[in-house]
Amino acid sequence: MSGGGGPSLMDSLFQRTLDDLIKGIRLHLPGAAQSSFISKSLDEIRREIKSTDSQTKATALQKLTYLHSLHGIDMSWAAFHAVELTSSPSFLHKKTGYLAASLSFRPSMDVLLLLTNQLRKDLSSTNQHEVSLALECLSVICTPDFARDLTPDIFTLLSGKNFIRKKAIACLLMVFSQYPDAVRVCFKRLVDNLESADNAQTLAATVGVFCELASKEPRSYLPLAPEFYRILVDSRNNWVLIKVLKIFAHLAKLEPRLAKKVVEPICDHMKRSEAKSLVFECVRAIVSSFYEFEFAVKLAVAKIREFLLDSDLNLRYLGLQGLLLVAPNHLWAVLENKEVVIKSLSDVDRNIKLEALRLVMSMVSDDNVVEICRVLIGYALKSDPEFCNEILRSMLSTCSRNVYEIVIDFDWYVSLLAEMARIPHCQNGEEIEFQLIDIGMRVKDVRPELVRAGRDLLIDPALLGNPFIHRILSAAAWVSGEYVKFSRNPFEIMEALLQPRTNLLPPSIRSVYIHSTFKVLSFCLHSFLLPGKGVNSSRSNFVDIEPGFTYSESEQEFTETDHATSSSGFNKRDTFTQEAVVNMLTLVITSLTPLAESHDVEIQERVRNVLGLAQLAQQEISCNHDQKEKMVDKVDLKTSIIIRLINDALSEDFGPVSLSAQERVPVPNGLVLEENLSKLDSICADVQLSISESFSLVKPILLPTDGDSVSNQQNEEDSETSPAESMSLLAEHRKRHGLFYLPSDHNKNASSSFPPANDPNQRDNDVEDLVKLTDESLVLKRKPGSNRPRPVVVKLDEGERLPITVKKTDENDDLISGAVRDVLLGNEASLHSSNPSGRRKGESHSKDKVENFETGNSSKRRSKHRNHGKYVEDKEENSEKSKKKSGGRHKARRRADGGIDVAVQKQVIPDFLL
Amino acid sequence: MIRAVIVINDQGKPRLVKFYDYQPVEKQQEIIRNVYGVLCSRAENVSNFVQDSTFGPDTRLVYKTFATLFFIVIFDDSENELAILDLMQVFVETLDKCFGNVCELDIVFNFNKVHTILDEIILGGQVVEMSSSEVVKALDDITRLQKNPNSIVRVPKSISGWQGR
Repeated sequence: MSGGGGPSLMDSLFQRTLDDLIKGIRLHLPGAAQSSFISKSLDEIRREIKSTDSQTKATALQKLTYLHSLHGIDMSWAAFHAVELTSSPSFLHKKTGYLAASLSFRPSMDVLLLLTNQLRKDLSSTNQHEVSLALECLSVICTPDFARDLTPDIFTLLSGKNFIRKKAIACLLMVFSQYPDAVRVCFKRLVDNLESADNAQTLAATVGVFCELASKEPRSYLPLAPEFYRILVDSRNNWVLIKVLKIFAHLAKLEPRLAKKVVEPICDHMKRSEAKSLVFECVRAIVSSFYEFEFAVKLAVAKIREFLLDSDLNLRYLGLQGLLLVAPNHLWAVLENKEVVIKSLSDVDRNIKLEALRLVMSMVSDDNVVEICRVLIGYALKSDPEFCNEILRSMLSTCSRNVYEIVIDFDWYVSLLAEMARIPHCQNGEEIEFQLIDIGMRVKDVRPELVRAGRDLLIDPALLGNPFIHRILSAAAWVSGEYVKFSRNPFEIMEALLQPRTNLLPPSIRSVYIHSTFKVLSFCLHSFLLPGKGVNSSRSNFVDIEPGFTYSESEQEFTETDHATSSSGFNKRDTFTQEAVVNMLTLVITSLTPLAESHDVEIQERVRNVLGLAQLAQQEISCNHDQKEKMVDKVDLKTSIIIRLINDALSEDFGPVSLSAQERVPVPNGLVLEENLSKLDSICADVQLSISESFSLVKPILLPTDGDSVSNQQNEEDSETSPAESMSLLAEHRKRHGLFYLPSDHNKNASSSFPPANDPNQRDNDVEDLVKLTDESLVLKRKPGSNRPRPVVVKLDEGERLPITVKKTDENDDLISGAVRDVLLGNEASLHSSNPSGRRKGESHSKDKVENFETGNSSKRRSKHRNHGKYVEDKEENSEKSKKKSGGRHKARRRADGGIDVAVQKQVIPDFLL
Repeated sequence: MIRAVIVINDQGKPRLVKFYDYQPVEKQQEIIRNVYGVLCSRAENVSNFVQDSTFGPDTRLVYKTFATLFFIVIFDDSENELAILDLMQVFVETLDKCFGNVCELDIVFNFNKVHTILDEIILGGQVVEMSSSEVVKALDDITRLQKNPNSIVRVPKSISGWQGR
């Protein structure tokens, strides 16, 4: 009928309605059928929307909006049609257009410009529902242009009918944020609306706007404190009161005198109100902003306790949250409620469990960290995997806070980390890996214990089957290699590092294992070949890494203990017999030779290093095997020389590196770092090309070899791999469905206390136990046995934490508050000033205001004796004052119209704060 | 302020989606999927709050289950959790009054009307009405306006369009 897909009468007559579309979608199964139906409908919509008939167009747009909103279909192409419909004389079509606009327009659309006039027209419509449509749309898609152009229209609405007024007020927030200068026009009317006691909803919208504004930059709204105070005392609307409380929570932090004034009425509300929402808001305000007022906090904590004991889970959750807010300033409140907190750890609700966990962590100090961690570890074993890991994570982060600030006994902490590794669900391998190595480097005294813990982990073949703790094993391997001199039996570690099941490890971790093998090997050979020049002699000529980087005064002491451990650890020469060393060399060579052909570069390279050393040593040592008398000359062997060199290199300690270390490296002369690299583009273009070529060429070649490698490896290690692999699968399965397995022998200690998940009796018992345990352990007292001095923890001279970025307030917020100050302080001159100079004025005003407060201070002191704490009198004075205030405001308004009288204005604000 | 109001059913299908600051539609869908994932994993009869970081560290999410539907409100720290729960109650009450014993199908087939109701309660992320009877009154007004006979001027227009071809 009509060419080019244009609309036709048929389309209009037989057009599917929105209902038809929805029914159609519901008839088609989700997936291909449904999406093909939708794309068919889209084709129809594309045709229909071009119709000149506005009913057809509106229906098409309706359908499109529906698809956009609920099925994620793009409709930016139809923006113009939406704009067109907003100008329709029919209310229904207009509404369709506005709905489409507010659901789909994005701020950068060109078509928005076309909407300005229509919005203006509808904002000034006599039909209040048309006005609401425009306001709703504006509140979502407002741009700086809209805000600038439409501010006068919205200003008019601020004193109109309540139905519109509340919406205009709500819309203002968006307008202000887009166009801060609108504040200069609208702010006074907005303030006036704080007095609209006749309509609760208008007042609610107004305080809502102030609440948002004050949360961004509270200082500017201090002068309005009297108004808010009046609302706080007079209003009985919970919604309004909640918002006012939030405003005061912001303001009170800035002005202690205000806090003093406001805390009483807040407590009154807290005592009086039946509405839990209001009570909770009072509690939140008190504990976060008024925590210096003992009586108020006591009352708030009592309310929190009511919440905690309520049967409603929502209230219990909020109670815990409230407690969490109290914790930093009043830890006693947490301790008072600790049974509830501990019990909540086993709540059915995950949220409650998490909050309880955070609270438990807030109670941790260096006195009780050991007990709390013991309780939590026990708990982690019994909870579901997700929460178990949550517990582990918070323990790890709490204990490592500020470079292990709260840890005194590092031996204990290392064993705790090792214990965590053995928890079946543990998924925090990465963090534990980091901490094991970090502690090793920072705390010299803990290294023997670290090696012991590492050995226990390495030696357990069962752990290799759990991919989540591979990272921990990697740390254990590194530690055992790096600090092998503290080991009781290096041969044992060597065996652990080379055990067949290590083929379950990913290559990156396996190469750590192999490198550790190298360290252990060189250490053993050194002890065997050069027994006289023991560890200590090589240590004595060892110089610290960086100048200006001092370990501590205990260095001297340390070498002594070092000596002691190494001599007592393995019975010196007896351990390193010829036979043992030869056996070890054989073990190394037989187990690593197959890997020399590995396709992983890291592994291959390291294996070859180890093999090279081992083979060299094997030759020379077995040559000497027969002639025992020649053993004296061991020192002169080629191996000995190499070993000495290697050992010297390896015995140099790693230290932690400061985050800013690189910055301190001077830039070499002649190196231009800030040169323009624009030429690089042309060079890079070539490089990238060649890379992409090589990709396409290499891949097909690489793939088959890869396959070969797998099969090769499998052939080589046939006898090993297949059972091992099935073991790993089994282990993985066990990990996933741990509940259905009986405890296995190897993680016996971990699993023996593992109860069936949903055994209520058991759980209750556990809870009882926990409560009992914590009853004893959470008491804040010095442990008698904690006389042991804390070992030195190496810290770098400057802060190691990431530099804290200074939080900048939004520039727009700055602008808004600047404008607010201008308006509140009645500066007429800046009203019409252009933007930049206006801003500067705002700044100077803030200085003015500081002065205001200073004068207020002195006047406060002057009049303190006047209202000597008599509450009734105080109240009367209040009402008087509020009268005075309103008078003052009228004056202020007059002033804004006429001349400026800052002196009077100044008194209005501080007076209240007395 | 309130950042979003979402209604999804227990299959994860969105039934009402309203964001109060602009979000690209892909992002909206992603948020809905994430929220659904979280809500699904929660047991019945647990608390209605979820810590949610969709819109930054301080945003929270309150949800309520009505029959087959999840009603979800995402908001920041200038709102009170319990008050938002009340607000949801008002919204559902209003729906109930408008549709008479509201069910999922009512919301499915009344896309426009549900949006109209929501817009009377929340505007620009701010609550503007807490009384369901006021909302119902406004809605009746709007319905009357929509049926206004002078909106039926389409017949001559479409004919002229047709003749012009």
